[in-house]
Amino acid sequence: MQRTFFCDRCFTSILMLLLLPAFAQAAVDPAVLAAQKQRVDVIKAVSPSVVAIFGAAGKGGGSGVLVTSDGFALTNFHVASPSGNFMKCGLNDGKLYDAVIVSVDPTGDIALIKLLGRTDFPVARLGNSDTVKVGDWAYAMGNPFLLATDFQPTITYGIVSGVHRYQYPAGTFLEYTDCIQVDSSINPGNSGGPLFNDQGELIGINGRGSFEKRGRVNSGAGYAISINQIKHFWDHLKSGRIVDHAALGATVSTDFDSKIDVTEILEESDAFRKGLRLGDEIVSFAGRPIRSVNQFKNILGIYPAGWTLPLVYRRDEKKTTIYVRLQALHSASELQKQAGQKKIIPEKPSKPGDKKPSPMPHPHAKQAATPPPEKYKHLYISKTGFANYYFNQRQQDRLLQALNDSSNFSDRKGNWSLTGKQIDGDEFTLTLADKGIGFELGNDVYLQSLESGMLLDEPPGTGGLLAAFHHFRLLFSGQTARFTDFYYLGSEHLDGKNELVDVLVAIQTGAISRWYFNKSDLSLKGFDFYLTENSEVCAIRFEQFQTLKGQKFPSEINVQYGDRPVMKLKIEQVKLETLENSKK
Amino acid sequence: MKENTVKSAFVCLCLITSALTVPVSAQASSQATIQHALPRLVKIFGAGGVKNLYGYSTGFLVSPQGHIATIWSPVLDTDRLSVVLHDGRRFEAEVLGAEPHLDLAIIKLKSEHELKLPYFDYQNKAIAGAGTRILGFSNMFRVATGDEPVSVLHGVIEARTELPRRRGAFELSYTGDVYVVDAITNNPGAAGGAILTYDGKLLGMIGKQVRNAKTNTWVNYSLPIDVLSKSIEQIITGKYESSENQKKPETETPERYRPVDFGLVMVPDVLYRTPAFIDSVLPGSLVAKAGLRPDDLVVFVNDELIKSCKTLKSELGKLESGDQLRLVVRRDNQLISLELQVPPENK
Repeated sequence: MQRTFFCDRCFTSILMLLLLPAFAQAAVDPAVLAAQKQRVDVIKAVSPSVVAIFGAAGKGGGSGVLVTSDGFALTNFHVASPSGNFMKCGLNDGKLYDAVIVSVDPTGDIALIKLLGRTDFPVARLGNSDTVKVGDWAYAMGNPFLLATDFQPTITYGIVSGVHRYQYPAGTFLEYTDCIQVDSSINPGNSGGPLFNDQGELIGINGRGSFEKRGRVNSGAGYAISINQIKHFWDHLKSGRIVDHAALGATVSTDFDSKIDVTEILEESDAFRKGLRLGDEIVSFAGRPIRSVNQFKNILGIYPAGWTLPLVYRRDEKKTTIYVRLQALHSASELQKQAGQKKIIPEKPSKPGDKKPSPMPHPHAKQAATPPPEKYKHLYISKTGFANYYFNQRQQDRLLQALNDSSNFSDRKGNWSLTGKQIDGDEFTLTLADKGIGFELGNDVYLQSLESGMLLDEPPGTGGLLAAFHHFRLLFSGQTARFTDFYYLGSEHLDGKNELVDVLVAIQTGAISRWYFNKSDLSLKGFDFYLTENSEVCAIRFEQFQTLKGQKFPSEINVQYGDRPVMKLKIEQVKLETLENSKK
Repeated sequence: MKENTVKSAFVCLCLITSALTVPVSAQASSQATIQHALPRLVKIFGAGGVKNLYGYSTGFLVSPQGHIATIWSPVLDTDRLSVVLHDGRRFEAEVLGAEPHLDLAIIKLKSEHELKLPYFDYQNKAIAGAGTRILGFSNMFRVATGDEPVSVLHGVIEARTELPRRRGAFELSYTGDVYVVDAITNNPGAAGGAILTYDGKLLGMIGKQVRNAKTNTWVNYSLPIDVLSKSIEQIITGKYESSENQKKPETETPERYRPVDFGLVMVPDVLYRTPAFIDSVLPGSLVAKAGLRPDDLVVFVNDELIKSCKTLKSELGKLESGDQLRLVVRRDNQLISLELQVPPENK
């Protein structure tokens, strides 16, 4: 009986095939042909940017998508991670390219890789995932089941089933927030591949599915990481680091009025310092209204650690807006362990009862042990905390070069003396030396020794202004090698509301300075200084510059402690000694 | 066989023609349909949550007062049935009635105020043939919580047909017509959702997760609204008579004893094949003395395999006064057997 049934079907299909040409000629609606042509055109236009990724030994694999013509391509962390530092990538021109790991985001399940050997790679156009609507057509492309040996991407076509979806972390990582749910078939091997809208714009990176039912094949529910999340992380990803997501330092839950309230808050968190307290109702976050806990987690999950975002809370019918600097979601060692660098922290058991769609498995994955290609092996530098330190060095060089071009004081490594007036009239003299910092302000004198090793909040209530000026001197005199740690972080909006800035981070004896360079003209806007990781910030902004022998030096400096103004210094006289002079 | 072929050819012609007459503004109208449908779908949370018994399902509003059509499933077997609307409003709900034969249940939101909710007109009995494009709405995998809308899938009706249950392939009590679709609607929590045409006509209710016992494949099917419509109306208006009650007594087998005559209270028989778990044991009863406990699963009665509460009932019914009753139950993966004397019949 069963056989008859199938024969029946065969017959039907044959009949269909016979009938189809006749119908096609007779009655095809032009709109159908136009829609078909549009699909064909879109697929033709975007297919060259789709990458088939294989481990160095040709084993394992997944998908990816090229986003810059010099070869930067996005994929999943869970695809790149087992593939080794060097990979092989196939494009639909049938060629296989070498590629190197750039950075990883283990929480967001994103990795950035760089294809090598060309500067004119075909790229995907980035869309805006916030405009994606349920019901929109969506193309998933990639290499499911590693079917394509000629690297022609497989295309699956479906609709958007849901937007702004939240998918619980697998363990403590691989959390999909604000993601796009599609019924386009997502199968093993699709991981890391692009999701395009019907205009051929990249709206997401496919990475996950609800697989618990059918043994790890498409079940009609696939999830893509939104491209807007990746845009926030873009410069962080170019830093070569193991990047982290953010935490507020407070937890929220739904109260019986369906309001979202703060139920726990850490006293050392920036949110607490800015005034957020237990029981406050969260009204909006990052400009989006908050109506559910998932919504809050969705928004928090798309921003990098260290970003400053606006948060509106309500207490006693009064609404207050604060700008909160987000802390890191994971400790450095947790991140490194997840990225496969160290194994220190015992694995946290996942919460029971969490339903978590599994990331797509890596077909035939095996740790690659193939040596890197000789030609490219200089493109990988191993360092703790980095996926590939080589790319961080390139970014450091870019910003330091820009600083050097406008403000080169590298021949002035001796003592510095800055004198001038505070905006309200008091005169000051600031003396910067290797042994210590001295600050005379009116009749007061403040000292910070640099030999005892103890950094102080001097003058009191500034967050360590004197120690901050020590970092200032080291950076401006080209002595970055004297920092214990110095790296490029990525980009963020200055103070959460101003222009996008590139960020360099300098650390010495636990004190941290973050240096802000305008993203478009690379001018230095100022820096934030923290005596320790959880201290309140001493925010220093350069408002005016003066020119000394053709080199720019700050002449007006605004100092804030947290969000409270402390002082404004006008520098009138600058004496910068060379190392030899100082020794005399 | 011949007639069959002709029928398939006809189906296939329909398929071609309907595929060719896809409206120009297919997407525009599907967007409108999605916006129309999502506020009419609800997320249902009830009993379950262990192993393959999911504690959630989907339903759709069929009246402005909060009547909801959904799948008749163990999810509803609780006093704390909770329904979340598309806007995040959460209600308690009660089961108003069910037509187990159609896998249909109607639940109603408990509310002190008059509700004026958007709803589907189930009496507009739209019918569609193979090739019709559909949208499926369900909270599969419980992706949506709170004020998030349920998931939307797209697909095509492959056939309106009887599932070949008569061949013993699908474990289903319902034997009438269903829509078989190519959207993957057969997922945890999807049952009770709705399928609609692209232009917004309610076609049916997504069926429960069944699979072909022979090929181990899942089938994506929905129960047609034209079949459900009458029962929905009867349950809402309170004029309902279950088709189960109308059925003549299923067996000629005697029913001399019921489980309760031995002190057994079984779990509610809500499934086509409800496993014969003991819900509670009457204190001081025969089985209590013999050491049976709640949650024991009855596996054998006098060497007859007990597949469900129904077979237990019929096996016990056959007993006669003075018989030896040999019971084998499973408790925490251990088989425990015991024997007791059948008491005199209680007339």
